Amino acid sequence: MSGTGGPSLIDSLFQRTLDDLIKGIRLHIPGASQSTFISKSLDEIRREIKSTDLQTKSIALQKLTYLHSLHHIDMSWAAFHAVELTSSSSFIHKKTGYLAASLSFRSSIDVLLLLTNQLRKDLGSNNQHEVSLALECLSVICTPDFARDLTPDIFTLLTSSKSFIKKKAIACLLMVFSQYPDAVRVCFKRLVENLESAGDNNAQVLAATVGVFCELATKEPRSYLPLAPEFYRILVESRNNWVLIKVLKIFAQLGKLEPRLAKKVVEPICDHMKRSEAKSLVFECVRTVVSSFYEYEFAVKLAVEKIREFLMDSDLNLRYLGLQGLLLVAPHHLWAVLENKEVVIKSLSDVDRNIKLEALRLVMSMVSDDNVVEICRVLIGYALKSDPEFCNEILRSMLSTCSRNVYEIIIDFDWYVSLLGEMARIPHCQNGEEIEFQLIDIGMRVKDVRPELVRVGRDLLIDPALLGNPFIHRILSAAAWVSGEYIQFSRNPFEIMEALLQPRTNLLPPSIRSVYIHSTFKVLSFCLHSFLLPEEGVNSSLIKVDDIEPGFTYSESEQEFTENDHATSYSSMHKGDTFTQESIVNVLTLVITSLTPLTESHDVEIQERVRNVLGLAQLAQEEICSHHDQKEKMVDKVDLKTSTIVRLINEAFSEDLGPIPFNAQERVPIPNGLVLEDNLSNLDSICADVQLPINESFSLIKPTFLPTDGDSTSNQQNEEDSEVSAAESTSLLAEHRKRHGLFYLPSDTNKKASSSFPPANDPKQGDNDVEDLVKLTEESLVLKRKPNLSRPRPVVVKLDEGDRLPITVKKTDENDDLISGAVRDVLLGNEATSHSNNPSGRRKGKSHSKDKVENSETSSSSKRRSKHRSHGKNVEEKDENSEKSKQKSGGRHKSRRRADGHIDVAVQKPVIPDFLL
Amino acid sequence: MIHFVLLISRQGKVRLTKWYSPYTQKERSKVIRELSGMILTRGPKLCNFVEWRGFKVVYKRYASLYFCMCINQEDNELEVLEIIHHYVEILDRYFGSVCELDLIFNFHKAYYILDEVLIAGELQESSKKTVARLVAAQDSLVEAAKEEAASISNIIAQATK
Repeated sequence: MSGTGGPSLIDSLFQRTLDDLIKGIRLHIPGASQSTFISKSLDEIRREIKSTDLQTKSIALQKLTYLHSLHHIDMSWAAFHAVELTSSSSFIHKKTGYLAASLSFRSSIDVLLLLTNQLRKDLGSNNQHEVSLALECLSVICTPDFARDLTPDIFTLLTSSKSFIKKKAIACLLMVFSQYPDAVRVCFKRLVENLESAGDNNAQVLAATVGVFCELATKEPRSYLPLAPEFYRILVESRNNWVLIKVLKIFAQLGKLEPRLAKKVVEPICDHMKRSEAKSLVFECVRTVVSSFYEYEFAVKLAVEKIREFLMDSDLNLRYLGLQGLLLVAPHHLWAVLENKEVVIKSLSDVDRNIKLEALRLVMSMVSDDNVVEICRVLIGYALKSDPEFCNEILRSMLSTCSRNVYEIIIDFDWYVSLLGEMARIPHCQNGEEIEFQLIDIGMRVKDVRPELVRVGRDLLIDPALLGNPFIHRILSAAAWVSGEYIQFSRNPFEIMEALLQPRTNLLPPSIRSVYIHSTFKVLSFCLHSFLLPEEGVNSSLIKVDDIEPGFTYSESEQEFTENDHATSYSSMHKGDTFTQESIVNVLTLVITSLTPLTESHDVEIQERVRNVLGLAQLAQEEICSHHDQKEKMVDKVDLKTSTIVRLINEAFSEDLGPIPFNAQERVPIPNGLVLEDNLSNLDSICADVQLPINESFSLIKPTFLPTDGDSTSNQQNEEDSEVSAAESTSLLAEHRKRHGLFYLPSDTNKKASSSFPPANDPKQGDNDVEDLVKLTEESLVLKRKPNLSRPRPVVVKLDEGDRLPITVKKTDENDDLISGAVRDVLLGNEATSHSNNPSGRRKGKSHSKDKVENSETSSSSKRRSKHRSHGKNVEEKDENSEKSKQKSGGRHKSRRRADGHIDVAVQKPVIPDFLL
Repeated sequence: MIHFVLLISRQGKVRLTKWYSPYTQKERSKVIRELSGMILTRGPKLCNFVEWRGFKVVYKRYASLYFCMCINQEDNELEVLEIIHHYVEILDRYFGSVCELDLIFNFHKAYYILDEVLIAGELQESSKKTVARLVAAQDSLVEAAKEEAASISNIIAQATK
């Protein structure tokens, strides 16, 4: 009788069929009612599936499979029932069981082992359809265990007389190999033999075999070089497009490794290209030629011709592929792209987004330092016309292309910086983050461009409309930082001050607003310095830059500036009428009135910075106003308290910020006695001590605050605090500056580090700034090629790598290694000996690979001599090869021992297969 | 190789999924969601290839159904397009001008036919005739088994067990 909880006979008789289930699901509206129905059906299925009647069970499982495959219902709990059904003698039950297994089984299922025996039984069945079921299932759910246990059975099937079974067994091998590389040693020979199968009956067998080799060769092509003659024969003789496409893929891989092979196959490939009607084959030929055989002019010419046909076709698919083909040609034959320039540019406004993207990539591939300006101009035009998504795609690729290898292709940085400014103003621009990064990055790396940078920054800052667009807040933040940091290049610091303090800045998020405020601080201290200590201004911070850049022009009127009138304009700027008593007083008033309300800001960062600025401004205001009467006495200014402070602040700011290598942090030696991996179990006790004072400072919030301010987490200082002594405030500011830098360059984990320890690649970077800059200037003035640039660049390149692409270790499947190792062994005729899955085995594989090339060379040369294969000779050659490999590996003890072993076995094993040649 | 085959209706309903590369259940749902969002929104007269997570998805719409296959970057898109068409033609021949409902109610048959067309993510049979013959042979085996199971004597045996 049926087991506990199993269905009654009535249940079985009136079981809902699959049709009923599907109809039921369709009757219910998707959503709650449908899912109720499904869960009700699931309960039924759970009951029915326990039935002893296989028919009932089978229908239940089929329904469950349906729910699993189309409604994502978990069915791992039913795995046992699926296995049970596969063992049924009835074909329909078996089929249902296998379908469920192949759709739902995963290696984690524990009943998987139960299936092994059934699979073995079915693989050996007389009924070819049962064998087919088992093979199909295995090809999907194969695990290392299955592969290991069933390799012998599949090996047997490889010689099956029914091509229906044979092709499936062959296709299955790919999975088996990848799960259990040692299977290669058993099956590889038979697999290779199938390459020779010909005739109509065997067409599918050949296709399956080539398919397996195609997949194997994409993972590790080198091992399959010895089989090149076989593939060549197929390439020339086969008329089956499916097979030809696969063979072409194999040759695309092999051709890269063996130039002589390339020479041999280029012609047949061109023949196919000319002859074939099938676009898929033609395109495969094109792709093979342009990606692997690009040295053969005539082949490339033919391929480009075909690409052009594709590009002109009305079929969008072909146009898309044509663009892809061009993209593949581009690295080696840019002329092909230039020839089709119009089509490419036209495709930028295609209806299909994919085609547009492809065209964009192509346009980017054409970019060089000669035409970058022109291309960017065209692209900006397209960006303005395009939909927001594609517009941003254009901007993104422009940004990434231009910044590639640390702005390698940019010669005119003034132009590039203004381009960045232009991008910020494109309505849909969402690349704020990248533009922000580049503006600051360029500011730090390229001193020459700073005046232009400040000008671009100014244009962005003074436009109140931009503050309303959240997408460009990041750019504004960069503009504010640049304007503050390089304020000495500004034509009109007061204007920037006004821009930084304009009322609409309250639209900015706090983090960016605090940047604005800190920039205010820099601008203010610069103004005060220029006013109070005009001579020093020339002598200290500014002169530094001035010395560095003899050809540099301060940007009073950048356009017509030349070196000659530099001196005059400089003085007119700083000693002239810009910094009058009145204007300074105005600035101070402006600062104090605009920032005072912010002293009660919720944001700690803003509050703290505002207080710093106000501290300085109030002090200066007091002193300057009191000296108002005696303004003719310039000497007095120097003695003012403010002067001392401003001098110190400016000294702190005068240190130039520069890019820092990504790995700078790692270079900091860990201090003695600092244990980084220590358990932090006693952290609580430490924190308890630390937290106390913080809480106290929180409690300093004045009760006069608005009610909403109650939760303000400000770390505010008292009024008296802002009147700290000069030395204290300087150190405080230095501290801020340090943090400020951190804020901008996330990877620069230790900004101060630039002075305290040498950065990774350019130890004397700080000192060499002068030289670098001179070189950079010369370079941009004179001409391109950048041998002299090679010095500053390396630092940046490294930094760039670290910043941008996280280092991805190319993940080679260990199994692939094992497979190719095994393949080499088999091809060299020593399959039975080694079970190399240890390092020494791997090493041996390596040492063989060299021989492999020679081996293939001999093989292809011998093939050139005569197409007919002479077996005896080949066997000889084989032996020679093994000899060679023996001698070669003599240097390494481990491999030598192994190689010797192989030879011994080779002697015992009389027949070395001749399939190699 | 083909990593997976998806059949999605115009309304975003999944009609068939076959995975040749390992994906967890969670990943499968995510893939389906992402791809149907991407493919169903594309206009009618655009190209049949979309790039997706470093792979290519080749799709083609037949009536209300989108047939999608995911392949590697370097695989041949046109070839896969032909495979899709090949499969559709076989389905059409088998069901006699196939429609979405045929595939809904005979989902298992759609799988069996697919299993004769593809194996391990590769095309295994390029002849429509052969596939039709094989599927018919299997159907007759199934019918034979069904008849046996449905015979009265069997039911009696079951009832009296």
